[in-house]
Amino acid sequence: MNDIWAGLSSAFWLVVTGDPDLIEITLRSLQVSLTALVIASAIALPFGTWLAIRRFRFRRTAIAVLNSLMGLPPVVVGLIVYLLLSRSGPFGVLGLLFTPTAMIIAQVIIITPLIASITHQAMRDLWAEYHDLLISLNTTPTRRILTLISDGRRALLTAALAGFGRAIGEVGAIMIVGGNIDHATRVLTTSIALETGKGDFALALGLGFVLIALALTVNLIIHALSRTEREGRW
Amino acid sequence: MVTPLMPAHMRDVTVTRQGKQVLGPVDLTLGQSGFTILLGPNGAGKTTFLKALHGLERLSTGSVTWSAPDDVARMKQAYVFQSPVMLRRSVRANLGYPLAILGQPKAQVNDAVEAWATRIGLTAALDRPATGLSGGEKQKLALARALIRDPEILLLDEPCSNLDGRSVKDIEALLTAAHQAGTRIVMATHDLGQARRLATEILFLFKGHIHEAGPAPDAFDAPQTPEFKSFLNGDILI
Ligand SMILES: Nc1ncnc2c1ncn2[C@@H]1O[C@H](COP(=O)(O)OP(=O)(O)OP(=O)(O)O)[C@@H](O)[C@H]1O
Ligand SMILES: [Mg+2]
Repeated sequence: MNDIWAGLSSAFWLVVTGDPDLIEITLRSLQVSLTALVIASAIALPFGTWLAIRRFRFRRTAIAVLNSLMGLPPVVVGLIVYLLLSRSGPFGVLGLLFTPTAMIIAQVIIITPLIASITHQAMRDLWAEYHDLLISLNTTPTRRILTLISDGRRALLTAALAGFGRAIGEVGAIMIVGGNIDHATRVLTTSIALETGKGDFALALGLGFVLIALALTVNLIIHALSRTEREGRW
Repeated sequence: MVTPLMPAHMRDVTVTRQGKQVLGPVDLTLGQSGFTILLGPNGAGKTTFLKALHGLERLSTGSVTWSAPDDVARMKQAYVFQSPVMLRRSVRANLGYPLAILGQPKAQVNDAVEAWATRIGLTAALDRPATGLSGGEKQKLALARALIRDPEILLLDEPCSNLDGRSVKDIEALLTAAHQAGTRIVMATHDLGQARRLATEILFLFKGHIHEAGPAPDAFDAPQTPEFKSFLNGDILI
């Protein structure tokens, strides 16, 4: 019990005084996950929207594949990215293993299906609502997509936030491909795992506070967004 | 003024849904002017008929041809859906949408929006979200949004189903004005009184078939088919 209290109070001080290690790790976590988020969103938001309004032959298959990719275990993603980037792997010459870039690649693979799937669902519902009107008004395909993106922007933001939440809290894949190297690839989740193992609860808990605060913020925003949606505000 | 898009011909039009023929075969010519009222019980195929005419329904057989190329004809038509489609935007943006997407200047769009808002009594609601309007207000908004492009052909699917007497009167005045200005109107309704007030031509649909088609007062005074006769009497049709 005493350990925990001591840990909690020193963790509190680490956060309040702005411990340099803690700040460095937090910033790297944000940098990796935000970069992954931007790349994944750039792929997933247009793709999910396109999937929602386009009728084509293998649409159902594509959706099924997308939904099962969403359930990919991060550890396995980490393993695959590791094999691809390792010295003997096909992309070994790039020397990306154990760099933040490798971690970004892994996170992009993990969150792109999630963002695309949420986008697809939201846009499919919106398209069902708008379909007849937009066809009746003789809109161009570009105009339809613009209208959907503009009126569905909250759903798109929700999808992106869900992806960010998953990326920032993920540990399995980035541990494997990043290696948790001090001052290089150490992020919130991997260092919590490490410090806990070492028994340094102060730093682990301090990092945990930051992580929880980030996750809570993301969820509060998602909640607020879905509430304004239901109330018909925007 | 009569529209050069008409007459329109429906030739051997049938629509099939899940193996069931829900409309047709319909062979019909819609003349250049007039206010056509489409009558029929629930499930008769009124909505399917209007959507087929407008090109929103996949036809199993037959064709709909206008006296102009399809894309020209489509631009001059407006359709009011049975359940109004509200864009998740303000009332103002909903009203202005058909003009805004044509690239009209903002000021011009806004003038048209304010004029129509006054006509349908939604001026105070202009900057509220359209999804929060009442059912009747949504119907009025949908109608104004259809009229804002000055369509030559107006297709309406029960536009007054949720309105009270006062609002029905307002809407009928708008429709009559549009009709007198030369807009060709085809409208589905359940309301026989409304049909008598507005129609210059009657189409009676029952089980996907047109059972009665003719000029308005005559069709009411001397119905040609037993089905329409019982419908006018308020009998339950099976
Ligand atoms: N997607 C569908 N699948 C199966 N049946 C359908 C489908 N769409 C319409 N129908 C059937 O087609 C028939 C005609 O429908 P329609 O909506 O045109 O009727 P309506 O005259 O407009 O009725 P209402 O007065 O209730 O609006 C109905 O029996 C309906 O159940
Ligand atoms: Mg109907």
